[in-house]
Amino acid sequence: MANQALGAPRLPGPQPVEKKNVAVSASSRSVPLIGMRSRPWADRLFYFAMLACGLCVLALVGLILYQLIVNSRLSWHAFGVKFFFRSEWDPVNDQYGAWPFVYGTIVSSFLALVLAVPLAIGVAMFITEMAPRWLRGPLAFTTELLAAIPSVIYGLWAIFVLVPLLRLYAEPWLAKYFGWTSAVTHRFGFQGPFEGPPFGIGMLAAGVILAIMVIPIISSITREVMTAVPQQQREAVLALGATRWEMIRTGVLRNARVGIMGGIILGLGRALGETMAVTMVIGNRPDISASLFAPGYTMASVIANEFSEASGDLYLSSLVEVGLALFIVTIIVNILAQFLVWTVTRGTPARSNA
Amino acid sequence: MPETTPSAGLVATPVSLWRRAKNWVMTSAAVACVLLVLLPLGAIFAYLVIKGIGSINWAFLTQTPKPVGEPGGGMANAIAGTVLILAIASVGGVPVGIGAGIFLAEYGRNRFGDVIRFTADVLNGVPSIIVGIVAYALVVIVQHHFSALAGGVALAIMMIPTITRATEEMLLLVPNAVREAAYGLGVSRWRTTLSITLRTATSGVITGVMLAFARVAGETAPLLFTAFGNQYWNWKLNQPTAALSLQIFTYAISPFDEWHRQAWAGALILIILIVLSVSAVRVAASRGMLKGAN
Repeated sequence: MANQALGAPRLPGPQPVEKKNVAVSASSRSVPLIGMRSRPWADRLFYFAMLACGLCVLALVGLILYQLIVNSRLSWHAFGVKFFFRSEWDPVNDQYGAWPFVYGTIVSSFLALVLAVPLAIGVAMFITEMAPRWLRGPLAFTTELLAAIPSVIYGLWAIFVLVPLLRLYAEPWLAKYFGWTSAVTHRFGFQGPFEGPPFGIGMLAAGVILAIMVIPIISSITREVMTAVPQQQREAVLALGATRWEMIRTGVLRNARVGIMGGIILGLGRALGETMAVTMVIGNRPDISASLFAPGYTMASVIANEFSEASGDLYLSSLVEVGLALFIVTIIVNILAQFLVWTVTRGTPARSNA
Repeated sequence: MPETTPSAGLVATPVSLWRRAKNWVMTSAAVACVLLVLLPLGAIFAYLVIKGIGSINWAFLTQTPKPVGEPGGGMANAIAGTVLILAIASVGGVPVGIGAGIFLAEYGRNRFGDVIRFTADVLNGVPSIIVGIVAYALVVIVQHHFSALAGGVALAIMMIPTITRATEEMLLLVPNAVREAAYGLGVSRWRTTLSITLRTATSGVITGVMLAFARVAGETAPLLFTAFGNQYWNWKLNQPTAALSLQIFTYAISPFDEWHRQAWAGALILIILIVLSVSAVRVAASRGMLKGAN
């Protein structure tokens, strides 16, 4: 805003236009006001200052990409594409492979979506279609409050509340009633998903806390696209004698499904990049285990844990390469999500399939 | 639905039991979803208050951490560090964010504007840990130091896209007639934008800024290897600095009960600080201290 300081002292009367009814009284000041128009350089300067701010946004994304590429070159040259499929992570012998982190990121995010999607859609459905009008605002606000809690606080809560609950109740229960699944997976040479000692800390805990964090995103997008479905759709389906659920299913959900998909993918983007809460409960061991009770590691957590103490250029470079991969994946996921949401909320009215 | 003659269609046909049951089941399922989602929210706040409030005392707010094993000590330096880092982030991020928002709203209704809009959305989705890596490469490596400045830069980068999009949205809500009225009086374009359009949209823009502020205030991942944390007081920009979120993280994963207690207290303070600063700005805005022309 330096240009304001440049221009302001010379301006005789900038105030009058602040009140809406000044148009009448402005005639007395018309002379100095007309004088102002003869300073196009101020406009030009302002334009370039604002343009610079806009370009800053472009530059930042470019800078992020550039820094990640430059700083990961060493590891790229040493391991190539195979980096992402090697499963040894051994700083002592300078051998690095990102597969355990890729695996952990995929499994924890997928688990989070499996848990979060039905809940988030249920919540959105209730708020937009079922709740009495007075309850909608407060409910929407409350669910969105979940998104405002910092991720360390989720992590803190998860360590001291969620993990003990999982260890003492949920995991033994799962092992008892779903432990038979390991009989099936053993045939294929895998551990079962609910096998092994219930640590509490591990993939399951990461999935659950991620689900809690992702629900407000998915449900707020779902709400948005559901509201975008034209009212006539609902009225038409109801007029055919549908119950409320049938109306929601055929009139609303079907028309909003592309946007809901977008919301889910946006949630996925958040889950992939989420760092702190996951780092605090996933166990941070670069092992690959088919069991959800076992500890794991994610791409974001390995950077969080090891970056500041990474000694050796190749070590640091490998961590940056993990970051580069995470960056590219989240960007693709986010672009895809935005495109899907955009087709529903801003595009032509959704076609009716009812 | 069974076939009916047009006249019979106007008479309410009884809805089959099966369909009514399905409707009832789905409605209850939706209610159950809401309860299930509200449960962790309630639990988190309840635990924060119950576990946190007992550990907040004068010492906690005024002292630096004690070595392991010694009881007492506090997070005063971390609170100060968070304030310092957030101040740096706001100084860097708010003007650029608002400027980019002005550009998008006033000059960006074209292809080039779409590119920037899209890039801002991309930047918004970048995981915070990656912003940390970049701030490390840009500031820490150059300075040879973990520093408050690096932490501030990381958070500033995260604030910009949120502020940009919120500012743009709010400026677009200002009716064009208002701009035209100003032009009609002979007011130059930049003056119109700053004194008329931006002022009219002030309260909305402030809300956007506070949203961005609240979002980064609790960030931990980008501070891990930029601000780094510190056991002592630090007011220098080029030195490692403690931050509340970092302290909560370190204490939460430590094996000491005393530290766990303090982590809860720190989390409660962090939430209170965020809520207080957001509402303080809101109050200031509504009292007219920062109020727009509307």
